[in-house]
Amino acid sequence: MTPYIPLLVIGGYLIGLLILGLVSNMFFRGTSGDYFVASRSIGPFMLLMSVFGTTMTAFALVGSTGKAYNTGIGVYGLMASWSGLIHSACFFLVGIKLWAIGKRYGYTTQCQFFRDRFESPALGYMLFPVLVALIIPYLLIGLLGAGAVVRGLTIKMFPEVFASTNGAIPPWLTGLVICGVVLTYVFVGGVRSTVWANTFQTLVFMLTGIIAFFMIAKALGGPSAATRIVGEHSDKHSLLMREGHIGRWQFFTYLFVPLSVGMFPHLFQHWLTARSAKTFRLTVIFHPICIMIVWVPCVLIGIWAAGKGLAPPPGANQNAILGVAVKRLVASPWLAGLLTAGILAAIMSSLDSQFMCVGSMFTNDIAIRICGPKLLSDRQKLNLARGFVVFVVVVTYLISLITTKHIFDLAVWCFSGYAALFPIVLAAVYWKRATGPAVIAAVFVTVAVWTFLFKQSGYGGEYLLFSHWFGETDGIMPVAVITIACFLTLVVVSWITSPPSAQTVRKFFPDFKREQTTQ
Amino acid sequence: MNPPNKAAKFIWLLAVVLFILHQDYWWWSDQSIVFGFLPIGLAYHAIYSLLAALLWALAVKFTWPTAWEAWADEQDQERPRN
Repeated sequence: MTPYIPLLVIGGYLIGLLILGLVSNMFFRGTSGDYFVASRSIGPFMLLMSVFGTTMTAFALVGSTGKAYNTGIGVYGLMASWSGLIHSACFFLVGIKLWAIGKRYGYTTQCQFFRDRFESPALGYMLFPVLVALIIPYLLIGLLGAGAVVRGLTIKMFPEVFASTNGAIPPWLTGLVICGVVLTYVFVGGVRSTVWANTFQTLVFMLTGIIAFFMIAKALGGPSAATRIVGEHSDKHSLLMREGHIGRWQFFTYLFVPLSVGMFPHLFQHWLTARSAKTFRLTVIFHPICIMIVWVPCVLIGIWAAGKGLAPPPGANQNAILGVAVKRLVASPWLAGLLTAGILAAIMSSLDSQFMCVGSMFTNDIAIRICGPKLLSDRQKLNLARGFVVFVVVVTYLISLITTKHIFDLAVWCFSGYAALFPIVLAAVYWKRATGPAVIAAVFVTVAVWTFLFKQSGYGGEYLLFSHWFGETDGIMPVAVITIACFLTLVVVSWITSPPSAQTVRKFFPDFKREQTTQ
Repeated sequence: MNPPNKAAKFIWLLAVVLFILHQDYWWWSDQSIVFGFLPIGLAYHAIYSLLAALLWALAVKFTWPTAWEAWADEQDQERPRN
């Protein structure tokens, strides 16, 4: 019985999530507006938890631990501390404006906003496939992370049933269960259910992360002893420093990656759920602290696992390190189950928002645009959204069965795509002169450059540009080049094309001084 | 956002300083441990996260976009042309 206790705990957790989805359904008002943006009724704490939970996916827990296992403590500076500064900047400088415009004019998706702001119906059709295509690797990260963690936890548990994975539950089965659970609670209650589940799961994974940290530290003789072992077992490139692992230009140009939050379609949707602008205050201030609470323990666990000599199981990569550490170093099977449930919580709290927004975009940006707003009933809109989500999930699931990429590197490529499009949203709310043709050209250039560099990287590997100038382990992150290409295209083409109409400028750039004097 | 005032300029200045402080080359090869268990390069960036939170708390306090907030809270006017 004892070996199966972790699985029972995880199963109980998943059932609890389903119940939460059913309870949230009791508050569902049955309208598409409630399904897609929860009638803009979400308060500060839930917004903080849902936005944070959504941005912290398998990348933050499984990916950061695995990357720190190989690369050391510099992983935190690469992503976490940059994100603390830049994510909140995006929420404050872009998110609040988008929320205000979205509320004022009733927008539900990014494409609706961009289409009106840049006076281009074609732009919506063009952006939709790009945003969906970029969200697939993001979903993939979640499925790979869940599969890797459960595999690490269940090694030798079912030797006769799953002989090919050394008795561990294979990733295909974990992915199937996770997708089923998340799809169910998203379908039952829409974005309200997603926000409830996100809040709950974010609390769970933050709490269990701290517990995991102390349990693993205790098993290694305490935090001091655990860190000392890393130092003793290190060669000249110790995991306790960045030298030899991360280049200085690489470290600097990672700053472009967190700009992705400005273009994440699922975050856009979460922003729109806010009850008021004040709701954002808690998120803007506490987001960097929440990142720190999650990332510091994960990075430490990663280097401790390396110091202890833990290794991924045969056939698995560094993604499995967190699961292996929990299994090997946490004595109590109950706690091991709880900690794994916490890791899955982090993964699912992103998957649900992504599922939700993919459905919203398809319904609002494609189906309603083609059929007309009056032809479809609210029920039909919801069913269309659900159908498209299932399609995307099936495609992602099938890809997850054949890919073996490292979560961290794959995530960075996904984020790079969104980050490169950031100049567009920035221009949309700050530069009146930005034009529709310029945005279309910028999207084209971004897609072309991203695709070329993604191919050069071996379809999702770690890749640095201009290494021949900066040294073997240094170089420029591809995201910097793609973002600058997008930015330059946007600026140059805007200047050589006709400016937006005065009506559009008035609509999206209210003149507050003038309004005050005329009142 | 509101027109830049002294507080806004000061917060922008702090943001630029924080931006520069991210490049802590001086700890690049340093393996020192602080608080008994934290490598110094990690401790520095953990504190950096706290400073980022402080920066945004100041921004919220002194440069809150009240005009946008009021504008959004006026009654809904136009709907997207779906």
